[in-house]
Amino acid sequence: MMKAANLVALPHQHLAAQRRWQPLETAFWAATLLPFWLAPTHLVLASQIAITALFALSLDLILGYAGLISLGHAAFFGSGAYCAGLIARAGWGEPLSGLLVATAVAAVFGYASSFIIVRVNHLALIMVTLGLGLMLYEAANRAGWLTGGDDGLQGVSIWPILGRFDFDLYGYSAYGYSLAVLFVSFLFARRVINSPFGLSLRAIRENRARMPALGAPIRARLRTVYTIAAALAGTAGALSAQTTQFVALETLSFQRSAELLVMLVLGGAGRLYGGLAGAIIFMVARDQLADLNPQYWYFWLGLMLIVVVSFLPNGILGGLAALLGERGRQ
Amino acid sequence: MARFFVALVSLAACLLGPAAMAQGVVKIGVILPYSGQFADTATQIDNGIRLYLAEHGDTVAGKKIEIVRKDVGGVAPDVAKRLAQELVVRDKVDMLAGFVLTPNALAASDVSVQAKKPMIIMNAATSIITTKSPYSVRVSLTLPQVCESLGHWAAKNGISQAYTMVSDYAPGHDAEQAFQRAFKAAGGTIVGEVRFPVNNPDFSAFVQRAKDTNPQSIFIFVPAGEQPAALMKTFSERGVLGSGIKILGTAEAVSDAALKSMGDAAIGIITAGHYDREHQTRINQEFVRTYQTANGGLYPDFLAVGGYDGMHLIYEALKKTSGNTEGDAFIGAVKGLSWESPRGPVEIDPETRDIIQTIYIRKVGKVEGQLANVEFDKIPRVKDPVKAAMAK
Amino acid sequence: MLGHLFGVLFDGLAYGMLLFVLSVGLSVTLGLMNFVNLAHGSFAMLGGYVCVTLMRQAQWPFLVTLPASFLAAAAASVALERALYRRLYRASDLDQVLMTIGVVFVSVAVAAYLYGTTQQPVELPAFLRGNVHLVGLDLGRYRLFLISTAVVITVALMLSIERTRWGAQIRAAVDNQRMARGLGIDVDGVFAVTFAIGSGLAGLGGALAIEMVGLDPSFAFKYLVYFLIVVSLGGLGSITGSFAAAALLGISDVAGKYYIPEFGAFLIYLVMITFLLWRPAGLFGRR
Repeated sequence: MMKAANLVALPHQHLAAQRRWQPLETAFWAATLLPFWLAPTHLVLASQIAITALFALSLDLILGYAGLISLGHAAFFGSGAYCAGLIARAGWGEPLSGLLVATAVAAVFGYASSFIIVRVNHLALIMVTLGLGLMLYEAANRAGWLTGGDDGLQGVSIWPILGRFDFDLYGYSAYGYSLAVLFVSFLFARRVINSPFGLSLRAIRENRARMPALGAPIRARLRTVYTIAAALAGTAGALSAQTTQFVALETLSFQRSAELLVMLVLGGAGRLYGGLAGAIIFMVARDQLADLNPQYWYFWLGLMLIVVVSFLPNGILGGLAALLGERGRQ
Repeated sequence: MARFFVALVSLAACLLGPAAMAQGVVKIGVILPYSGQFADTATQIDNGIRLYLAEHGDTVAGKKIEIVRKDVGGVAPDVAKRLAQELVVRDKVDMLAGFVLTPNALAASDVSVQAKKPMIIMNAATSIITTKSPYSVRVSLTLPQVCESLGHWAAKNGISQAYTMVSDYAPGHDAEQAFQRAFKAAGGTIVGEVRFPVNNPDFSAFVQRAKDTNPQSIFIFVPAGEQPAALMKTFSERGVLGSGIKILGTAEAVSDAALKSMGDAAIGIITAGHYDREHQTRINQEFVRTYQTANGGLYPDFLAVGGYDGMHLIYEALKKTSGNTEGDAFIGAVKGLSWESPRGPVEIDPETRDIIQTIYIRKVGKVEGQLANVEFDKIPRVKDPVKAAMAK
Repeated sequence: MLGHLFGVLFDGLAYGMLLFVLSVGLSVTLGLMNFVNLAHGSFAMLGGYVCVTLMRQAQWPFLVTLPASFLAAAAASVALERALYRRLYRASDLDQVLMTIGVVFVSVAVAAYLYGTTQQPVELPAFLRGNVHLVGLDLGRYRLFLISTAVVITVALMLSIERTRWGAQIRAAVDNQRMARGLGIDVDGVFAVTFAIGSGLAGLGGALAIEMVGLDPSFAFKYLVYFLIVVSLGGLGSITGSFAAAALLGISDVAGKYYIPEFGAFLIYLVMITFLLWRPAGLFGRR
């Protein structure tokens, strides 16, 4: 009977080990504070990277951990953005409460669509997510009276955070706010992944057919994680609306979903930091390349993607992990 | 207390010092979609800017002009706003210029307001843009300027019925409403309307519906690119062209690429526009010639004129302010500015900081064996009607 | 009124046939090789630019450029397969996606650099322009040409799959790769040839598409979504599936816009989603 107890204890030990903070992680988060001193004129870019990192993290939950490939994740980003924007336009410009409401609305959208999503696999899943995203985009385009249509949502005016931190030209508040929200959301995602629920997601990803034999309710789990992912994407969208004080249709666009997928795979899906790494690398590379060569920067970006895939399978973090001899995806 | 003030003053001196050193230079931050599907609009505007600099030198009012270019990549207002912020904060530009797409211009206007920097809009054509920042000025056109002029002209020139077909996005809606408003006000009747999805690849269904109502004329608005040609070809295939139905449109519908694709079927299409390279004035012929020489035979279009005139506005304003780029001074100098542009006479409206120009009515015909837009009527000194109505 | 409807449906069918020629290669390679080649649109774009270049610089007649576009795209696919794709056959779907998107970026940049970003119009020969009057309807000549070309291609493909040895090898490899290898079939060779033909067809489609939807560097990205819709609705690896799905797509899109234009773009997506929920593997797919 020792063996049976061991079998139960092993996963929990594994999870407890995963939950401990690695020194590399602490170093990473400490480093995110550096831009305040080292790159004060780049804070607006830094805030947009933080927002995209959160967005990528949300996609990782469903793609990297649950194995659901979505080409329509921007639907939740845009929903959160428009929700936060509309609340502010209606007169309530308090950022934190707006953020929470937008997150909740995105979660509801996620929950509703999750019923359709869990019914399909493989290519059908990709196309269904794509289709839902495109339909929402069209609907938003039509509802110009609500969304401002192609011109975007005007009149989004956000009050200072906690009543003190104004949204200035340099982006100090924008970055601080985005970074703080990213960190809190990250802690939450980290906790979810390193829990029995998170383990079951990975199991579903690896072998969906076998899970019912273990008594795990696949669809319910997938719906839960999809809702969480939608909520976090909505948070990212709300941040975008609040820090730029503008919401455009492209927050719902296919391009956003596709770019996000590229960033996540580039960084390495299925590793908590993959989305963050991918977002940072992709957006910094794009910014630098666009400065050097405004017309053809995407040539170099494409080349970079090809090189990364050729030499670092499973994304940059995956490749680094392989090089450093760690185990594969957790 | 005294020490505090000394510290403050030295701090101020340190901050102002570097700015003082750069006094001999005027930096202009140009935000355009150099990459992506709108890249050729950016190329034309940039060519216009370059041509002006080549002709007039890069010094004006004792200051050297420096252009800092940033790629916005397409419709990306958050990127546009960030680029505007970075131009102001990092590159320390004195003014912002460019702007092809409305959402980008609207987002960047926030920066113009916050930093009190002048903003010269060289293309974006939605009326409300210049209301977003008191430091913005536009040298291109507004869509209602063109469409209302066309609607009014059509109703007064023997066209009593119209069916409107536009792309289902904001500029399309603007065009549709402006045309319909003016057409009805001048006595015409709208017999039907339809909006097609923006990325619509196939127009046959819509064209057939239009043809079914057998209207006297059809007003169209589609974004530049492959759509005008595709739409016109469908008109030709479905027998609309040459059936007596008049086609009314804007300059996008009869661009070079569109005319080439349509061939002779295009003859007779009536458009309203603010610039065509066939405009018969010495200034324009000179402009077209030097543009072609500088750009390997490429013809200029209204985008090139936007870039060219934008630089002209900057130069003239700087001459007036003796090189002062401070927001209020510069915009004060810009108001009421008027000059003879390659497109015709233009002025900047002192109340709205928007452009006042002549709208020409043109017909597609053959000039020396080639298809071209031939001007045959005009409406002078057209102000932006939307803002004029708002003011009332 | 009915005559008008038929005219519109005919146009929709022609558009669908264009989509078919463009997408059939993707369906076969996805179904056969399980390789996610998002750069399929780049091959189409290549074919288009080859056609334009040959017509402008070398004054070739339009019809002759079509096989040239096919061959150019096929050759490019062979080169790309040897150089890059071969390494990724065992890799994950996501890696293949990333790699092929990188290829798309590079191809779009190269096209923009070589040809600029403006539209490339093409001048059709006189007998393909205008309308022809058949059974009381005005049918566009070019659209008739598209439909007939697509039918010829379908018949050729079906015949080769059903009647030739190579076709038998493909069917075997699709059904059970391991067994096919075990029987001594050169599966890799079959892959390479099929990939080349699929990409060649994309190139041909790209050249055919210029007259209908134009050509500029963003072609590779813009139509990717449509290709994916045709492939997912038709079923991976099925030629008849792609044909049926493309025809259905073209016709329903057009019919929808004729009767309910307010619905516009919604209709295709709605149709696609409901169809996939009902039959996730597509019309004639396996899985």
